[in-house]
Parts: sequence; structure tokens; C-alpha cells
Amino acid sequence: MLQNLKKSILVSLWFVFLTFPLMVVRVNTMDQVVIWRWMNLVWVAVGSFVLSYLWRYMLARQQVRKKVADEGGEIRSKTQLLLEDMSFRYKAMGFILLAALVFPLVFDTYQSTIMISALIYVVLGLGLNITVGLAGLLDLGYVAFFGVGAYSYALLNHHFDLGFWISLPIGGILGCLFGVILGFPILRLRGDYLAIVTLGFGMIFKVVMENWGGLSFGPSGIANIDKPSFFGMDLNLADSTIYIYYIMIAMVIFTILVTMRLRNSRIGRAWIAMREDEVACVAMGIDIAKTKLSAYALGAFWAGMVGVLFASKTTFINPASFTFMESAIILSIVVLGGMGSILGVILGAFLLILLPEYMRAFSEYRMLAFGAAMVLMMIFRPQGIISNLRQTYEYKGSKEKKHNV
Amino acid sequence: MEYFLELFLGGLTRGSIYALIALGYTMVYGIIQLINFAHGEIYMIGAFVALIVAGVCTIYGLSGVSILILAGIIAVIYACAYGYTLEKVAYRPLRGSPRLSPLISAIGMSIFLQNYVLLAQTSDFLPFPRLIPDFAFMEPVAHIIGSPELVILITTMVTMILLTLLIKKTKVGKAMRATQQDMNMARLVGVNVDRIISLTFVIGSALAAIGGVLVASYIGQVNFYIGFLAGVKAFTAAVLGGIGSIPGAVLGGLILGWAESFAAGYISSDYEDVFTFGLLVLILTLRPAGILGKVRKQKV
Repeated sequence: MLQNLKKSILVSLWFVFLTFPLMVVRVNTMDQVVIWRWMNLVWVAVGSFVLSYLWRYMLARQQVRKKVADEGGEIRSKTQLLLEDMSFRYKAMGFILLAALVFPLVFDTYQSTIMISALIYVVLGLGLNITVGLAGLLDLGYVAFFGVGAYSYALLNHHFDLGFWISLPIGGILGCLFGVILGFPILRLRGDYLAIVTLGFGMIFKVVMENWGGLSFGPSGIANIDKPSFFGMDLNLADSTIYIYYIMIAMVIFTILVTMRLRNSRIGRAWIAMREDEVACVAMGIDIAKTKLSAYALGAFWAGMVGVLFASKTTFINPASFTFMESAIILSIVVLGGMGSILGVILGAFLLILLPEYMRAFSEYRMLAFGAAMVLMMIFRPQGIISNLRQTYEYKGSKEKKHNV
Repeated sequence: MEYFLELFLGGLTRGSIYALIALGYTMVYGIIQLINFAHGEIYMIGAFVALIVAGVCTIYGLSGVSILILAGIIAVIYACAYGYTLEKVAYRPLRGSPRLSPLISAIGMSIFLQNYVLLAQTSDFLPFPRLIPDFAFMEPVAHIIGSPELVILITTMVTMILLTLLIKKTKVGKAMRATQQDMNMARLVGVNVDRIISLTFVIGSALAAIGGVLVASYIGQVNFYIGFLAGVKAFTAAVLGGIGSIPGAVLGGLILGWAESFAAGYISSDYEDVFTFGLLVLILTLRPAGILGKVRKQKV
């Protein structure tokens, strides 16, 4: 007890030392004055003291869980049991679908717009979930595919007056194509190199879009992109928002269905096998090149498609929308939600996009919290909010048999 | 010819800074096979602390080279402290978990530190005082190489020599090499592996901070975001040379510096970053282990 107290005080002092120059001192070179913000020091001291207690408690809990897991015991939380209950699942799904359908009719345009952006991130998260969650290939340049989709619609619309519905599959296919192009040179690379190359790819995309004025109109971007047409009718702002909202809902459902089917398909299982052990996977006769490329291509496909929708929703795009931070947000959605888990990713997207939106006062701290959450999640709950349940087959008769013997 | 020489020396300066930061990546990767994404942030924090110290000193009336030395020392101390804490908080609890976990934790830490500096200080570019004076004896060649470049070259060279001596000649260096070769075996023969890993982070952070201070006083401005690009480029340099190899990191840094300098000078400076990453993709495709890296067969 006393030892813990001493430890926490030491930690607190250490962090006071650590944060002193950045948190307390602020130099204004223009007016030649130094501003000392001593209050910050108190916050750091108290905060790190409390956090160090929490940290120790959480680590201890983690240890206990690990021990139970090692001994073959299984900890299933109540939510997990509830999720496995099929009748509850159907009821919940029906309720959510109903709520989603009436949402734009009950709330105003502003709320619908926020919901649309959350849904965009749901699709992006589900797409990245294929690459990162299922296939285990870390992709830090995912936003580039999103950008490819958005730019392909913007340019097709600008030069050839192509409509939304024709561009939607084109955007998806182009995203797919870029996924394959990116996939080829990095087929031979291992996990960490992959991360850095994909990061580089994302940056190349942005730099090219900024500088190649002839193609992309440079940093000023492309404006006046058409909104989706509804049987040739002109919709006002409120109606077209509702229309886009419903398109988005349909897209989310489509994405969920496809990724669910994919996960249980031959290729989905190959992805999971590759994630778990590449060497064993090759030994089982799985073509790694094909599996990797398909993971990139299918992940990028959704980004490309939803990029088209993004361009049509905002009617204006420029390279500033496709920065590394966006990739990081999408990645943290997947990581926090639970890698591989569809429900988790959806929840993660809503949490990460809606929370900062409704807590405007704290929106400055958004990225700070994301970063911290990524670290903490990895340490204390690597499986995410909702862990991906492995499909298992149980032999129902086994328990009775034991009794007979 | 003179233009060529100018670009050559510019590339050398730039490359030696990349090499300095790349060393931190390569050392950490060599020991725990982790891309320390937050390494660039340590570099940025080093530059920021130096800026604050220099600012306070200027206002309280110190001047000249004494500020540079004081700012440099305090920046290095703080960078070491941050590096140590970073390892302890974000990476140590994850030892032995799947490889993706520490990588994601590192990315999270990078985002966290960036925004911490953004919130604690400012999002604007801050002017960094010119701490390196113009030497009189550099006058005749000033149009090709300036005094700051000279200071950068000398400092990086001295640092690298010291690092090589530390690794090759001292007992600690021996323990580091042992840990790099086989962590379990090193533990068996009595090396305190945890301490060696901490030490690796501390040394890497010190190198990054030196780089940060030099670059900041050379370019003349600092921002919370500078660490990200510098980090990515330094990592590229490390991969280029063969990650895990110390001479490789230096070679990779220099090649990258020259490539960027010549590409910017003869082709176009708009696409500087594209060249960097293009080079990275090319090298990784042709020779994934890097120029000086050993090709390791994966055994099961």
C-alpha cells in the first residue's frame, strides 16, 4: 500500500519533470516575454498520480485474465453471450434498421448530414477491416483509395458530365485497380515494411494531387460536383440530403452483407489463415500472392465507392481531405472497434465520429484521445470493443455422454 | 560544376541528418523488431524544447554559442526522458504480443505526442533563433557551403564516431550487440535485457534530438508536425540501407539526401517527397533487405 503510494508519487514527479518545458513555459519571441503557466503543472501532477493507480489496477486485472485464459478457461462477457443469442440478434437488427430508416424523417438536415459522414466512415472502416482485420496487412495509406474514388467521380463529372450512378461502380473499380497496383510491389514484404510503403503511397497520392494541376486542379480542388440524381428530378438541399442518407444506408447494408459472406468464403478463410501464419498458410497450398492482392483490391473497392459518394455529398473536393490523419482515424476505428469484427467496426465508427461531433467543446482533444486510445486499447484490450468471435463447432452430445460414463 | 557541388553538399548535409535520425530507428528495430513510429515525434520534441530554452535564454540576456550548447544539452536530456517513458508506457507492456499490436501502439503514440505538443504549445510555425554564427573563415566558400551546414556535418560525424565507439568498444555496446543477436541467449548470460532496450531507446532519442536542434536552427522554424515527415524519411533511409544495420542507416541517409537534393535541383522540387517514396518502393521491390541488410531466411 505504502509502496504503491510511493511509486505513484514518483511517477507523478517524473511526469511533472517531463511535461515542464512544453506545458508550462511558453515563449513569445515577438514581445520578448515568457508566459509561465504553473496551473498546468498541478493538473499534470494530479492526473498522472491518479492514472498511475488506474494503470496498475488495469495491468493486474489483465494478468488475472491471462492466467484464466492460459488455464483453458474462457471468459465470456454478458454482451458476448447476448450477441450469440440468435433471437435477440434478429430483434436488435430489426430495431436498428427501423431506427435508421426513420432517422432523417424525425431529425433535421444537420443531424442527417452528421449521420451520413458517420456512415461513410462505417463503410471505410468495413473496407479497411478486410485488409487489416481479416488479412492482417497493415495499411496506412487507405485514404488514398478513398481519394481515388472521390477524384474519379469529380473528374468524370467535370469533363464528361457522367452521373453519380455510373461513376459509383467506376470509382469502386478504380479503387480496386489502385489496390492491385499498390499490392504488386509489396507482395514480398513483411508486415512492418508494408506499413511504411502504404504510408508512402498515401503521401504520394496527396503530393501528386496537389502538384499535378493539369489533372486535379491542384490544391484549390474541384467544385460544383453534381449531387446524385433521382430519376432526373431536381431536389432541394434537405431532400437531397435525405436521399443521400438512404443511399448510404443501402451501401452500408450492402457492405455488411458482402463482407460477412466474404469472411466465411474460401478467400476469407485464406485471409484469416494468412493473418495467423503466413508460412503455414503457404504450406497448406494457399496462393499467397493472390490472397494478398485480393485483400488489397477488395479493401480498396469500398473506399473507392464511398469516395464517389463523398464527392457527391460535399460537391467539392481538394487534396486536404485525404491526409494521413484520415487514414489514422479509419485505422483507429478498425482497431478500437475490434479487428475482424463487423459489429465492432460499425460501433467504432459511430463512437469515433459522432462523439467528437456532439462534444464540440472537446473537439480539440479529439486526436489526442484517439492516439491515447489506440495505445491503451492495444495494451488492455487488443481485441477491441467487440471481439471477433471465431466460428466454432460444438458437439452438443458431449456433456451427456460424460455423465453416462 | 559549382551548382553540382552545391547540390552535392546540400544533399550531404540533409543526408547526414536523415542518417542521425535513421540510427534511432535501426537500433530499435535491430533489438525488438519494432518500427518506432513515434521516433520522429521525439525529434520534434527535442527541437521544441531547444526552442523554448533558447527563447527563455535570449529573453533573460544570454547570447551566442552558449545558448546553442545549453539548448542542445537540455533538448537531449528531455528527448532521452521522453524516449525512456515512451518505451516503458507504450511498448514494454506489449512485449510478446502479436507484431501488429506494438506497431499500432506506436502509431497511436505518434498521434498522441503530436497533438500534445499542438495543444500545449501552438499549431503555428514558430521562428527558431539562428544560433549558429557565420564563421569568418567560411567567407570564401560561403556560396557553396554555409557555416550551419559545416556545423551540422561536423556534429553528425562526431556523434556517429562516438556511437560506433560505444557499440564496438564498451561493455554496454557488447551487451547491445548480444541482445540484438539473440535476446534469450543474452538474458541467459546475464545481460539485463530490459535495461538494454531502455538504453537503446534513450540513445536513439538523444541522436534524434541532436538532429532536431541542428535542423531547427538551420531551417529556422519549428512546428508540431515536423517530426512526422522527418520520421518517415529517416525510416526510409533506414530501410534503404538495410534496417538493423548501423552503417546501413548512415549509407541510406546519405543516398536519400543526395537523391532528394539532386532530384529537387535538376528536376522539380514539387515532387521531392514522391522521389523519396518512389525510391523506397523501388528498393523494397528489388531488394527487400536493403543495401547492406542481411537476407534472412525465415525458418520454422
